[in-house]
Amino acid sequence: MIKAVMVMNTQGKSRLAKFYEYLSVEKQQELIRGVFSVLCSRAENVSNFIDAESIFGQDSRLVYKHFATLYFVFVFDSSENELAVLDLIQVFVETLDKCFQNVCELDIVFNYSKIHTILDEMVFGGQVVETSSSEIMKAVEEISKCFLSPFLLSCVKMHVDDVRFSTFALFLI
Amino acid sequence: MGSQGGFYQSKEFLDLVKSIGEARSKAEEDRIVLNEIETLKRRISEPDIPKRKMKEYIIRLVYIEMLGHDASFGYIHAVKMTHDDSLLVKRTGYLAVTLFLNEDHDLIILIVNTIQKDLKSDNYLVVCAALNAVCKLINEETIPAVLPQVMELLAHPKEAVRKKAIMALHRFYQKSPSSVSHLVSNFRKRLCDNDPGVMGATLCPLFELIARDVNSYKDLVISFVSILKQVAERRLSKAYDYHQMPAPFIQIKLLKILALLGSGDKQASENMYTVVGDIFRKCDSSSNIGNAVLYECICCVSSIYPNPKLLESAADVISRFLKSDSHNLKYMGIDALGRLIKISPEIAEQHQLAVIDCLEDPDDTLKRKTFELLYKMTKSTNVEVIVDRMIDYMISINDNHYKTEIASRCVELAEQFAPSNQWFIQTMNRVFEHAGDLVNIKVAHNLMRLIAEGFGEDDDNADTKLRSSAVESYLRILGEPKLPSVFLQVICWVLGEYGTADGMFSASDITGKLCDVAEAYSNDETVKAYATTALMKIYAFEIAAWRKVDMLPECQSLMEELLASHSTDLQQRAYELQAVIGLDAHAVACIMPSDASCEDIEVDRDLSFLNDYIQEAIEKGAQPYIPESERSGMLNISNFRNQDHHEASSHGLRFEAYELPKPAVQSRIPQTLIASTEIVPVPEPMYPRESYQTTMPSIPSDAGSAELKLRLEGVQKKWGRSTYTPATSTSNSTSQKTVNGTSQGDGASTVSSMRETYDSRKPQVEVSHEKQKLAASLFGGSSKTEKRPATGHKAAKASSHVVEKSHVPKSSMEVASEKAAPAQQPPDLLDLGEPTATSTALQLDPFKQLEGLLDATEVASAVNGAPAASRSPDIMALYADTAAGIHNKNDADLLSGLSNPSVTNMPGTTAMPQVTQSSSKGPNPKDSLEKDALVRQMGVNPSSQNPNLFKDLLG
Repeated sequence: MIKAVMVMNTQGKSRLAKFYEYLSVEKQQELIRGVFSVLCSRAENVSNFIDAESIFGQDSRLVYKHFATLYFVFVFDSSENELAVLDLIQVFVETLDKCFQNVCELDIVFNYSKIHTILDEMVFGGQVVETSSSEIMKAVEEISKCFLSPFLLSCVKMHVDDVRFSTFALFLI
Repeated sequence: MGSQGGFYQSKEFLDLVKSIGEARSKAEEDRIVLNEIETLKRRISEPDIPKRKMKEYIIRLVYIEMLGHDASFGYIHAVKMTHDDSLLVKRTGYLAVTLFLNEDHDLIILIVNTIQKDLKSDNYLVVCAALNAVCKLINEETIPAVLPQVMELLAHPKEAVRKKAIMALHRFYQKSPSSVSHLVSNFRKRLCDNDPGVMGATLCPLFELIARDVNSYKDLVISFVSILKQVAERRLSKAYDYHQMPAPFIQIKLLKILALLGSGDKQASENMYTVVGDIFRKCDSSSNIGNAVLYECICCVSSIYPNPKLLESAADVISRFLKSDSHNLKYMGIDALGRLIKISPEIAEQHQLAVIDCLEDPDDTLKRKTFELLYKMTKSTNVEVIVDRMIDYMISINDNHYKTEIASRCVELAEQFAPSNQWFIQTMNRVFEHAGDLVNIKVAHNLMRLIAEGFGEDDDNADTKLRSSAVESYLRILGEPKLPSVFLQVICWVLGEYGTADGMFSASDITGKLCDVAEAYSNDETVKAYATTALMKIYAFEIAAWRKVDMLPECQSLMEELLASHSTDLQQRAYELQAVIGLDAHAVACIMPSDASCEDIEVDRDLSFLNDYIQEAIEKGAQPYIPESERSGMLNISNFRNQDHHEASSHGLRFEAYELPKPAVQSRIPQTLIASTEIVPVPEPMYPRESYQTTMPSIPSDAGSAELKLRLEGVQKKWGRSTYTPATSTSNSTSQKTVNGTSQGDGASTVSSMRETYDSRKPQVEVSHEKQKLAASLFGGSSKTEKRPATGHKAAKASSHVVEKSHVPKSSMEVASEKAAPAQQPPDLLDLGEPTATSTALQLDPFKQLEGLLDATEVASAVNGAPAASRSPDIMALYADTAAGIHNKNDADLLSGLSNPSVTNMPGTTAMPQVTQSSSKGPNPKDSLEKDALVRQMGVNPSSQNPNLFKDLLG
């Protein structure tokens, strides 16, 4: 089972943190810091796996992948396969890429709840339920479709502030 | 563009994110976030906030909490949002509550009702959102509230909902198996779901169920195999392909399940061979996911009943992994190798160079994995190199968790395979020095025991040498600052026991050092106690040898300090020391016999030596002792009075009638006494002797004698020889592995049977050599290796079982092996086993040993399960030695294995003598240098610095 999914940037700022077992906020922060301190000490061109037992306790492995300014980290136990999880990260990033066209750190920061939605379609209650990025896309789009119509209305009605509008337009491009 | 829609956030949020991103320090970030929290606190409680606005506030709260700040003031608003009708708002609410709350939070009760309603919703997106919340927020108590709805959803028309409902049910099972145990059959049903995605999801719970109880799912083997076959043959729609692989994630899960189901089950395994073989062939090894499937195949092959063909393909894949440039694949290769060598140890040999490369790789993960592999393949021939490397690595790392682990592994290997006691002591010293406080205290006890026991033979000379070398090394080590407490305890004990034994060091040297220790580590009471007792021993030995004892001034001041110590234990020790010094030589020699820590304490249970005293007392008019069994019949007055007295003293006057004494009362007092003696911590092996001595004066009374007897019993349980506690006597030969070998044996038995294990060590050592010899002579003759992995597997499996569990009665196993062996081999070979060789197993000459190793090649194929199990590490060793045998013969191959074409071009004969020689000698710097020079000369540039090294590791 997957224990946690984290996305953090190379400065150690957390961009997404999802723990599939409940942990207090302090504990979460501690783990994130622990993971980051290990990650940033890793050289280039080494394996993507880390023995995470000293951070997460017995039977935990960690797989990470470094994309541009972000680390994608999955923590899981022996019931998963390291190489497969590495591909799971790949699926996750591919899906993000499809959603945001060339995903970058800012997309992840500004679309916080959408990232969660995508992740929820992939990993459900700590188990991998979907590994096809097109299926995930379909599900996410269906959810956003429901939001879109009422949301656009409210946008048109309420937004006089053109700064807001311009940001919105930025996203539409 | 549409996908951007519902997730858009306002400018304020963007500004917040941006300013946090630009914050230059943690303090600045905190300030910004605290500011934001203030703003949100104010805004969120305003009346009539538009829903959209509210949704954004909640997202901001989630964001703040992710940054590590408390957002609990907003939880209730998130809960309120889940009640909303709009899907958009509701989803945000659910997202927030799943991130904020845990299943035992007070607010959950407000959500359960909403979840119930939403699970029945017509909109499947609402249902999905609710199921998501169910997974995270429902606990054991609330499961019944949502269970019926979730069960209904298992048949929902949308596959996404079915999938999530299965996961929710799985989650319930994880949280409280009993509450859904009657519904477990639903997982089986869903396996036949029309949608492959749902089927794939069902594999997750099934994997867990099968892991818990393999036998009830054996019937599914055929189904899983046929599913896997269909998947591998691309019967699924293209949509499930990933990087040109057909549904690799489903394949991986299925292979994991098959590995569980086929483990140790020949029949089930046979069903799997074809499909696994197909996958081996079809799998595309150029993609990452293809390799993931291949790796899973190896795991499966090494878990199920072995099949030579599959093992071969697995070995091929492993060599591909190890040769790859990718660290990930190397890592997987090392891991897979570790799995496979349990079944066919010889494959490690092909990859020795790759393994060494991994060991020297800068990648820490890979290094650790490699150490894990080495740990698995350690045997007596390579233990020195491996443990040495491990300790070096242990010293180099800072991670305490891993340090502890590697230290305990070093100890375990050293205890299991130590070639000599000298080496063992040196190794332990290094481990203690660098990871002392991380090592289990039992290890220290073991070390002391070993030094006290020596070689366990009658060769006193060797023992003395061993001890004096230990003493010498400890005196040297004491000069170093900040030694770990556990190590100091060992040092003090050894110095006390043997410091002056060989006459090299004078009593004042040793006592001076001991005083230094007590002073330098003055806040460690245990160390001080050890030092005090050691002092007492030194002085006692001096007195007993009729030498004049001068207490050093620092020792005197130490004693004065201890006599006034707050610790009663230290005080007691100090007083005892004082008392001992005051006694004459004869008395002291009785109390503290020299080098007697291993002697048994003879206990006269009848206390016959008191007979005179009793006689005298009776003559003076004392009441004769009546045994308790006789007394109980008459419910005697004395007992009654006894109780009166007891209660009166505790409660003062009593005015109501006394109740009749219950029979149980009698046993009450002795019981507490037993308990108390048991509880008394015995931190020092000298203790029993002391207590024996100190309790002597209190003997002459009924109660006293009872007490003494009981007390001795308590003591005896810890230290006594098995001769007098019959229950433990049989364990002598059986428990060696647990107690001596692995430090994870249960604490009670290890601590309490220290004495027994002293005894057990000796026969054990003999047995192992004896067996090695026996096996060598039994299966000797043929030098060609014909390994039948089938039997090999059995042996290895059984042996790994023993290594882990290790409570197989040794003696019965031996019998089994003796019975089994002759049946398999022509009787004339038996004659080779010389009786003398078995008894003097420890003094084998190297040639014999080598011969034995070569002869052992057949062992792999001929040994059947039982004897192998009886002595697992040795069998492994034999396997490996087998490998060494081949090594010698195929050294030309080996050199080509060194991976340089120029070598293969060279005539093999030039290299041969060199290799053969070095492999027979083991680690030898000169050899390795020569070899190195030769290799360089030939233009080989070995990737490891010392090409000879792998021979020690792998040969």
